[in-house]
Amino acid sequence: MDKKYKEKHNCWLHRFAVLTAVATFLLLAAGGLVTSNGAGLSVPDWPNSYGYSMFAFPPSKWVGGIFYEHTHRLWASVVGLMTTILAVWILLKDSRMWMKWLGLAAFLGVVAQGVLGGLRVIWVDADLGIVHGVVGQTFFILMCAIALFTSRFWKGISEENKLNVPRSLRTVVLATTGLIFVQLILGATMRGQHAGLAIPDFPLAYGQIWPDTSFAALEHYNALSSNPNIITAFQIILQMVHRLVALTIFIGVTVCAVMAWRQLGRRDALTKFALFWLALVMMQIGLGAWTVLSNKAADIATAHLLGGALALMTGALWCIVAFRRSARSLETETVPFGALGTFAGNK
Amino acid sequence: MSVFSLVSRAADITGIITFKGTPPPEYTNNLIMENDYCSQFYSTPPTTHFYVVGNDGGLADVVVYLKDANGNDITGESTGTSQPPVALDQKDCMYTPQILAIQTGQKLEVKNSDQCVHNVHCVPTVSGNEERNEVQMPGGPDLFFTFPKPEMFITFKCDIHQWMFAWVSVFDNPYFDISNTEGKFTIKNVPPGKYTLVADHRKLGAQTQVIDVGDKNVTVNFTFEIKK
Repeated sequence: MDKKYKEKHNCWLHRFAVLTAVATFLLLAAGGLVTSNGAGLSVPDWPNSYGYSMFAFPPSKWVGGIFYEHTHRLWASVVGLMTTILAVWILLKDSRMWMKWLGLAAFLGVVAQGVLGGLRVIWVDADLGIVHGVVGQTFFILMCAIALFTSRFWKGISEENKLNVPRSLRTVVLATTGLIFVQLILGATMRGQHAGLAIPDFPLAYGQIWPDTSFAALEHYNALSSNPNIITAFQIILQMVHRLVALTIFIGVTVCAVMAWRQLGRRDALTKFALFWLALVMMQIGLGAWTVLSNKAADIATAHLLGGALALMTGALWCIVAFRRSARSLETETVPFGALGTFAGNK
Repeated sequence: MSVFSLVSRAADITGIITFKGTPPPEYTNNLIMENDYCSQFYSTPPTTHFYVVGNDGGLADVVVYLKDANGNDITGESTGTSQPPVALDQKDCMYTPQILAIQTGQKLEVKNSDQCVHNVHCVPTVSGNEERNEVQMPGGPDLFFTFPKPEMFITFKCDIHQWMFAWVSVFDNPYFDISNTEGKFTIKNVPPGKYTLVADHRKLGAQTQVIDVGDKNVTVNFTFEIKK
């Protein structure tokens, strides 16, 4: 790579962007533990915690569900601060106008996410909890994308030295990624509905491929269930749809990996990424099964949530890189390439 | 007809609710033993109490109430505002009792007998009944809840201690009771007429019987079992 270009690359900005993305991932874990432990409303006030400033709430009072909710809030503050620093850093040091807008979007996103979480508590609104969960994962994708865009890898992609990614492959990956996003919403709704325990067995459902949801069957399920909440037909159907979408995603990711292998070759970075994606989805299905069979153990359920986030992130970044390589990006940028001259990426 | 003769024509509905067979195993609460304060009250992990069955098979915690002859709710007859509050206590990190019933407009008085903080979070589903989440410090004042709409089994829970649950049913009339540990119930002062008597267990579902109430007490029994 051209030495002059290397000097232009802001490696510390990139490293901070990666750190912020990792911090966001840890925040997803903290938030996941809150819902998995049923602790979402264990601290009934916001932005204070039991009347204390969030940052002055004594650790001796972090008991039971309060521990999960309060540490989640504290870590969210850290991520908010890191995102703000990142946004300002991009504004000052990144010459690409679209990146400055992206940094601003990240800042506004983290503020909105914080407010959503706070309103969920003070309005006692379970639906806002679902929105908060979905926005959180979307924000994670944004932070990963910013980390990608600030990387040397991203700046090194050019149409001269990489294979275009065929439209058919890009379309399948994009569609599968979209399906994972739908699955995310289904999962968040299940968690909000406490539907994760609606079916106690896997891979069958109440011993059947498709469970009986008649009134008599529901009475029987509830009579035998250890779930303190009453199981409803809606919850059972919601989980069955979640399982079917998971199967569809698995098929989609498998097709993507096979197509990438054939069309890009086994050595291509995107092929390796697609194989990683397939392994990730297989692990995620295993975590989903384990969540059911462990009676929705909080740590397993949270790991399943994180697996979903990584699967969505993988698909999203794959699409971004693929579209960039295919010279179909909509942004205009100039990057000095030394002897290669200026690269204009608007076609 | 004098008021006294009208009153004398009201009758009680009594009965016994039994459980046939062996109830399913209860769920062991291991989480409570991980809590420094709450674990002191238990030498072994406690279990859930979804099925409280006496030695003679009497089934407790069944909410027994009247509907009209057509199976519709009896509304507009609440005396809740003139009734004393019904108490729900948080003791040894558990709600006591677990199943309660009140009238619309009647106060539910939530107490904290523990030396730790609880949050009292009620989750009604009927529009008009407000979802609330209140902190209750140890030694703090009692909290009062009222519900303007009838609803079965409103969930009360503590988000700090995730195993704590209670369920409160709300009626727009005074004709209800909850079966005791012997399975016995009594609904007092029921005016003459034809009714649908409902026995509703939160896990086992509801059974109904159509009854005629005259000027003499009526006895109605129910038997619950888990059908395979």
